[in-house]
Amino acid sequence: MADLSCTIAGITSPNPFWLASAPPTDKAYNVVRAFEAGWGGVVWKTLGEDPPVVNVSSRYGALLDNGRQLIGFNNIELISDRPLDINLQEIKQVKRDWPDRAMVVSLMATMTEDAWVGLVRKIEDTGADGLELNLGCPHGMCERGMGSAIGQVPELVERVTRWVKSNTRMPVIVKLTPNITNILWSAEAAKRGGADAISLINTVSSLIGVDLDVMAPMPVVDGKGTHGGYCGPAVKPIALNMVAEITRNPFTAATPISGIGGVTTWRDAAEFLALGASNVQVCTAAMIYGFRIVQDMIDGLGNWMDAKGFRTLDDFVGAAVKNVVNWNDLNMNFAQKAHINPELCIDCGRCHIACEDTSHQAIRIRAVDDKRLFEVVNEDCVGCNLCSHVCPVPGCITMRREVSALPYVTWPQDPRNPNRIA
Amino acid sequence: MAALPKTTGPKGLTEDLVPPLNPLQAMAESARCLYCYEAACVTACPTAIDIPGFIRAITTGNTRGAAVTILSANIMGGTCARVCPTEVLCEAACVRNKAEAAPVAIGRLQRFATDALMAEGVQPFRRDPSTGKRVAVVGAGPAGLSCAHRLARLGHGVTVFEAKAKAGGLNEYGLAAYKMTGGFAQCEAAFILSVGGITVEHGKALGCDITLEELRREFDAVFLGIGLGGANALHVPGEDLEGVAEAVDFIEMIRQCRQADPVLAGKRVVVIGGGNTAIDAAVHARLLGAEEVTLAYRRGQEHMGATVHEQQLAQTSGVALRTWLSPRRVLGDGGTAIEAVEFERTKLVGGKLVGTDHTVTLPADLVLKAVGQSLKAQGLDGLELAGGRVKTDDSGHTSLPGVFAGGDCVKSGENLTVQAVADGTRAALAIDQFLKG
Repeated sequence: MADLSCTIAGITSPNPFWLASAPPTDKAYNVVRAFEAGWGGVVWKTLGEDPPVVNVSSRYGALLDNGRQLIGFNNIELISDRPLDINLQEIKQVKRDWPDRAMVVSLMATMTEDAWVGLVRKIEDTGADGLELNLGCPHGMCERGMGSAIGQVPELVERVTRWVKSNTRMPVIVKLTPNITNILWSAEAAKRGGADAISLINTVSSLIGVDLDVMAPMPVVDGKGTHGGYCGPAVKPIALNMVAEITRNPFTAATPISGIGGVTTWRDAAEFLALGASNVQVCTAAMIYGFRIVQDMIDGLGNWMDAKGFRTLDDFVGAAVKNVVNWNDLNMNFAQKAHINPELCIDCGRCHIACEDTSHQAIRIRAVDDKRLFEVVNEDCVGCNLCSHVCPVPGCITMRREVSALPYVTWPQDPRNPNRIA
Repeated sequence: MAALPKTTGPKGLTEDLVPPLNPLQAMAESARCLYCYEAACVTACPTAIDIPGFIRAITTGNTRGAAVTILSANIMGGTCARVCPTEVLCEAACVRNKAEAAPVAIGRLQRFATDALMAEGVQPFRRDPSTGKRVAVVGAGPAGLSCAHRLARLGHGVTVFEAKAKAGGLNEYGLAAYKMTGGFAQCEAAFILSVGGITVEHGKALGCDITLEELRREFDAVFLGIGLGGANALHVPGEDLEGVAEAVDFIEMIRQCRQADPVLAGKRVVVIGGGNTAIDAAVHARLLGAEEVTLAYRRGQEHMGATVHEQQLAQTSGVALRTWLSPRRVLGDGGTAIEAVEFERTKLVGGKLVGTDHTVTLPADLVLKAVGQSLKAQGLDGLELAGGRVKTDDSGHTSLPGVFAGGDCVKSGENLTVQAVADGTRAALAIDQFLKG
C-alpha cells in the first residue's frame, strides 16, 4: 500500500485526513474517538478569550435530495463554548497521548494584538503542533468584529498574521473565508503576514431554507432565523476553484495549502491534492456518518494510488495545477461530439429534451420498430456535455474527441477574434 | 430508490439464478445502504462481514477495498454472495425492511465487489513470516479451505487432504448448479490457494488413505472439515430398487457432468424431504426436463427446513409441494425399475407426528431421497462425539489435544457455507494460539 504520510508547514501526520475546526473537535472525548478511528490530525475547535460564548438552541440546517442524501449543510454555531482552561488542558493531554497525530489549535480574537498574542501564549504551552487563525466564520462572531469581519479585509488578515507569527515558535496556518470577491487578495495578505500555510475554505454565507409554516429562515430559533455557514458536498467546487487560484498564482504557489470544503470521499481528497493542497480537512462527512468514514478514505486513497503507481502523496500533489488555465488559454480548435450507445440507452428521452429545449437541437429521435433511437447530429453538436450529465446511465453517453489536424489556437490568436494579437 | 425486483425460478442449469449486478444497478443499490452504526446485518452474518463498510466503499468507487473488507472476514465471500440464504440472514436484518419492506440487496452487492477483485486475479492477502509449524487440514470444503487460508496467512504451512478429485467440497459437488455457474467453485479454490503455503493432496480419505493418528504424529495440529459423508435412509421396502437415488448424489452427478440435456424428459420424479437439498434436487429435476416433479414432506410446509424463499423457488419452477406424507414403500414394476411411491398421510397429535393409515400413491420413474445426512464416523477413533457430530469447544478444539474441527461435521449452527467458513476461520485462530502456547 502507498505511503499516505503527510507534512504541511512542518506538521506531520500519518495520513492527509484531518478533522476541521468544528463541533467534532470540540473536546477530548470526540478527538480521542477520532484518533482511534484513524484520523491523521485535528484542528481543535476555535478557542476564544474567556468568558466563553453561549450558543443558541437549534443550530443546523440541511439541504437533502429526494433520497434524503445530504447535499449541503448549514450551521449557526459559534466558537467553542467551553472555558479556555479546560480546552487547553485537554489539548495538552490528547497531544501527549497521541504524539504521531497532528494537533493544530484554531483561535480567534478581536482586532487587537494583545488579544491574539494572549491566546497564542496560552496555546503554546499545550505542546500543540500548530495554530490555525480563524478569519472566516461568517455568522455570529463576525457581528462581534471577529472571524470573517477580519478575513474579508486583506490588510487585517496581514496584520493579524504578522502579530501571531512574531509571537510564536509554532507554524501558523491562516484559514480564509470564501465570502470575498477575490481569494487571492486575502491569500496574498496572509503570505505577506508570514503565514506558514493557508487553509480554505471556511463556510459560505448562506440561508439554507425557509420554514413556510413559521415564515422564518431555518434553522428556526423561536420564530426567527439568521444566516449561517454553508458546507458539505455542495461547496466543494467553490473550494476547489479557490485552492487552484492560489496554487497557480506565482506569489502564493509555494505556500502550503490545507484543503477544506465538502470532502466526503477519498476521491474528493485526491482532487484537492491534485490541485496542490498538501492535505484536507473534513467536517460535514464526519458529522453525517461518524468518524469511521475515514477508513474508506484511507483505504480508497491508498488503493487508487497503488493502481496509479503513486508511492507517496508528493507523487501527485499539484499534478493538475499546470492544467488549470485561464479561458483565454484554451484550445479553440478542440472539438468533441456526444456519442449515445443504443445498447445502454433505456429510452428515457432526457438527453433529447435537454438538448432540444435548452441547447443546440443536436439529438434527434428516430423510431425504429417500437423503440426510440436517439441520434446525435454531429454538425449541430457543440460538445457541451449537457446530455451526458442528464443521462441516468453511466457510460451511455460519452464525449468523443474529433480527429483534427488543426493546431492549438487560443482566443487571443484565433482568426475569428477581431482583437487577435497575431 | 426502489428495491431490485425479486427473482423467480431459474431459467436453466447454466444460467445464474440471480444475475450479477451491472455497474448502474450496483451504484443505485449501494446508495440505498444507510451505513448503519453497529448494523443489524453484520450481527446476522455468521462471519460478521463489515457490510456497511464494504457497501460504502462501493459507493466511493473503492471496489477493491470493498472486496478486501468482505474477504478479510470471509474468504469465500464470492460463494456466500451466491448461495447464502440472505433472506433469513443479513437482508432479513436490513433496516430498510422496516420503512420500505425492501432490504438492500447485500448478497448481490457482495458478488459485485468480489467478482471484480477475482477478475483482477490478484491475491490481496500476504503471508506472515514462516513459523515453521505444519498443520494438516482434512477436507477441502468451505471449512477446510477457509481454515487453510487463514493458517497460511498466519505463516503456518498447511497440507490439505481431500478425498475427491477437486477442491471446494459442497461448493463444487453439492450446491445448486444455477447458483454456482461458470465453474466458480474452482476459480475460488484457486484464488484461495494462491496465497501460498498450502499443498492439497487429492484422493486422500480419512480412515482409508490417512489416519488421524498419523496426522497427529506428523503435524503440529490437525483440522477436520470432513462434512457429513453419510446420507440417511428411508428404512422402507423397495428403497434399494434401481430408480431410487440420493439427492446429494443426483446433484453431484449434474454438477460434475455439467449435464444440461433434458435427460428426464417425460419422467415423473418424486423427491422425499423438506430441506434445501430436497428443493435443489426437485428444481434440478425440472431443469432436466422432468414432466412431473413432486416434493413430498412428512410434515407441514411451515416445518420445512428449506427457507420460504427456497420453497417459493421450487413452486415457481413447477415443483408440486405435497405435505403430511410419510413414505411407506417404493413400488417396483416386478423387475428392477420402480413405478410409484406409496405414502401414508400423517398428522400431528399432541405435538407428535402419527400415521393415519390413509395412503397416497404417487407414480414415479425416479425417487430422490433428501432426508438428511449424518456423520460418517470412519477414521474418527478416539474423538468424542455429541449428538452424532464431532464434539468441540467454542473455539473448535475437539476432545483430542491439537485436533480441531468445524463445518457440517460439528454442531455449530446451521449447515450453511457461511457457517462452515466462520468455523474454519475461528479454528485457524485457535490453532494459531495453540501452536504459540
